[in-house]
Amino acid sequence: MSKTIFEHSSTGRKGVCLPPREFDTALESLIPEKYLRKNAARLPELSELDVMRHYIELSHKNHFIEKGLYPLGSCTMKYNPKIHESLVRHTCFANLHPYQHESTLQGALELLYELQEDLAEISGMAKVTLQPVAGAQGEFTGIKIISAYHKAKGNTHKTKIIIPDSAHGTNPASCNLVGFDVVELKSDADGRCDLARLKEIVDENTAGFMLTNPNTLGLFETQIEQIAEILHSVDALIYMDGANLNALLGIVQPGKIGFDVIHFNLHKTFSTPHGGGGPGAGPVGVAEKLIPYLPVPMVTKQDGVYHLDYSNESTSIGKVHGFYGNFAVLVRAYIYIKMLGAKGLRRISENAIINANYLMAILKDYYHIQHLEPCMHEFVADGTMQKKENGVSTLDIAKRLLDKGFHAPTIYFPLIIPEAMMIEPTETESIESLDAFAEAMIEIAQEAKENPELLHEAPLTTPVRRVDDVRAVKMLDPIFKIEN
Amino acid sequence: MPYISNTDRDRQKMFARIGISKFEDLIQAIPEKFRLDGELKLDKAMSELEITHKIKSQTCKNLCTQSTNSFLGAGVYDHFIPAAVDSIVSRPEFFTAYTPYQAEVSQGTLQYIYEYQTMICELTGMEIANASMYDAASAVAEAILMAVRKNKLTKAILPATLHPEFVKVIKSYTEGAGIELLTVPARDGVIDSTALKAIMDESIGSVVMQSPNYFGNIEDADLISEIAHSQAKSLLIACVDPISLAILKAPAEYNADIVVGEGQALGNSMYMGGPLFGFFATKLDMARQMPGRIVGGTLDKEGKRAYALTLQAREQHIRREKATSNICSNQSLCTLAATVYMSLMGREGLKEAALQSTQNAHYLANELCQIKGISMAYPDAPFFKEFVINTPLPAAMIIEKMLPQAIYAGVAVAENQLMIAVTEKKGRSEIDDFVKAMQEVCHV
Repeated sequence: MSKTIFEHSSTGRKGVCLPPREFDTALESLIPEKYLRKNAARLPELSELDVMRHYIELSHKNHFIEKGLYPLGSCTMKYNPKIHESLVRHTCFANLHPYQHESTLQGALELLYELQEDLAEISGMAKVTLQPVAGAQGEFTGIKIISAYHKAKGNTHKTKIIIPDSAHGTNPASCNLVGFDVVELKSDADGRCDLARLKEIVDENTAGFMLTNPNTLGLFETQIEQIAEILHSVDALIYMDGANLNALLGIVQPGKIGFDVIHFNLHKTFSTPHGGGGPGAGPVGVAEKLIPYLPVPMVTKQDGVYHLDYSNESTSIGKVHGFYGNFAVLVRAYIYIKMLGAKGLRRISENAIINANYLMAILKDYYHIQHLEPCMHEFVADGTMQKKENGVSTLDIAKRLLDKGFHAPTIYFPLIIPEAMMIEPTETESIESLDAFAEAMIEIAQEAKENPELLHEAPLTTPVRRVDDVRAVKMLDPIFKIEN
Repeated sequence: MPYISNTDRDRQKMFARIGISKFEDLIQAIPEKFRLDGELKLDKAMSELEITHKIKSQTCKNLCTQSTNSFLGAGVYDHFIPAAVDSIVSRPEFFTAYTPYQAEVSQGTLQYIYEYQTMICELTGMEIANASMYDAASAVAEAILMAVRKNKLTKAILPATLHPEFVKVIKSYTEGAGIELLTVPARDGVIDSTALKAIMDESIGSVVMQSPNYFGNIEDADLISEIAHSQAKSLLIACVDPISLAILKAPAEYNADIVVGEGQALGNSMYMGGPLFGFFATKLDMARQMPGRIVGGTLDKEGKRAYALTLQAREQHIRREKATSNICSNQSLCTLAATVYMSLMGREGLKEAALQSTQNAHYLANELCQIKGISMAYPDAPFFKEFVINTPLPAAMIIEKMLPQAIYAGVAVAENQLMIAVTEKKGRSEIDDFVKAMQEVCHV
């Protein structure tokens, strides 16, 4: 157990030294006393070394990509190139202010413009906005655009969006935020959209359909042409959740196969770091007819000069971010695309798919896999066999993996597979590292049979043992009680 | 390829294990006509050296605030950042980790979020904070939505002193919930309290107050709070500058119900306005209405202190369309920067930064007002580090005229009004240079 930073505090210690004051005016003479704070905020007091030691100590308690495989399904935990980090920190990126005169931002705007173009090409969409700062905000933006499109056409009766039951939770939550009713579509026995059922529930009131492709089972939605036909016949639009785009680079351009809107997760497919939960970026690409509704500003180019362009403000959905999105994340994705080029991106997706299939081929003899056809960049195994035969749950298996130096897969998702383990190794793992992971999984399957108790007890070697998250809710403790 | 280990030889081995002969065998589920014919039309791949040159050529076309004398603010500020902040933030242990769902191997991330939440509550005086929102703009929007969950009243009052870009984001976020946004006008650079009183009635769900407001002025928070709470159910949402809270009243002292704000100034570079992060704090009795992730202290199975994500039943991955928000990825790494920043600055350091910003800003305001034709736009309003002046020339013209001297004069907020921000990073000589330039620009 580590002390909190507050417990390391000692009165009078300083971690910084500001220049001496140049003015000795008293605060009370500048701001009337009634606005002033009487008791200081009790921030900790430490030297720089104290602070460094504390946070380095905390850092040692994390799993991270450079430490070991991180096979979280649909999260695309690939290696994040270090050149991104060194280039993005350039003072002429880090110290740009959003309200600088356009003429002093030309390099930054050029980069954003090129990234808009590159993402449009990769997705086959007509135009891309870089403003949304996360996947969920991209979804919100995209669904908002669908709403604006229908509003402009007078389609006020279109109140519902259809979402498959295998979708990420953000999909229904984003639709709700825009004000749509959500209708759930069951998957068929193949793990794909049930077409017959889709035909039944699509009607004049359908505004759109959100589809993750490949879906969260790692399967390509083969019937996309028929799906598009059904939806477009009632003037409903199709949204592609791009969470799993890592499977499609240079293989499929979603905009060319019927999708009207797509969001990208740059922190997945385009290798910007996840940062312990963010910041990411969730640009949105749209088909030609939806361009008028994109958020403002767009970056445009006229006679060799780049602009923050507000010209479509009257039709636009407005803004979703205070400024222009997560610029520093966009820079990293830009570098990634430029360094890989068309061949490199294609190679990324090919290897992501090969790695997933390789693991599946090994693990299928030890774990139940509902859909055994070749997968795309990820697959879903499950712990139902272990549960039934050994009383070992997927949670136990996941925790035991932590003991063996691996992060766990995404577990209990998608919701339609009991005891699910969604495994996405990504393309950056070598065959040796996949073998090591497979070996750990096989050992665990063996342990489940021979010593299930060991798995219930796991993890044994992590910085803390299994954490009581029920207690975290029942005895809510969201802040440290600072003494004095 | 540097980011892919497996060679063609490795691939052959893997194909054999899978039982296929070529890659295409794996993508039979993709109808042939949907597969890309040929290659994507992108620039030729670049090496690390080549991309470094390209980025350098782009950075050369930017003129950053460090090579100029910049007085830009309006929501994004150039405060001092100790070098140790980046030394922690750039550790892969933090920046290549995912959301801390597997608590046993994420205690580092979980603990710093817990410490961050504690620091935000110390600054604001509130009882619970979340792990971050995207920025202040979306944080205000989410606060309005939360107020509606709490009191079921769908009218919110936005003051004319609120950041205009925030208003745009709030509109996008609240339209779908059918929330009616009312505007209360400004008077002398702060909320017109008489007008606010006049529009308060029992249908009002929340009143938003930004202080220091968009124009840099400090609102009379006690008065606004009293009016906002004149209706039993109405909630006060305060949007505040975290550095100002080292010297200004904590929002809990004037009984704010939800406190949000832009956290960028706490240890994060400006990066042209992103990533930023919104902080979000409230009272414990509204914990279950909050958006976003929350970390809580707990125990492991041996009774050792540990941390975990908590109250997850509010969130989209559990509650789907009934979640309190759609947020998933947040701005975690930016809050790590803020946590390390606040630890280094400490209680005295943050106060000193706030004090020096205030002193610098007031000195500059005084000096500028000695110039003929320049006066304070809101002479009666107290301000922190940012203020608006009336200018004898159009503000946009002043900004352009100062560019060749590498001075970023500020933000034009009206045709003849310029908004100027000053932090502790400015020395007296830079401020004096600016005054001199202003004198020359206005009176040649």
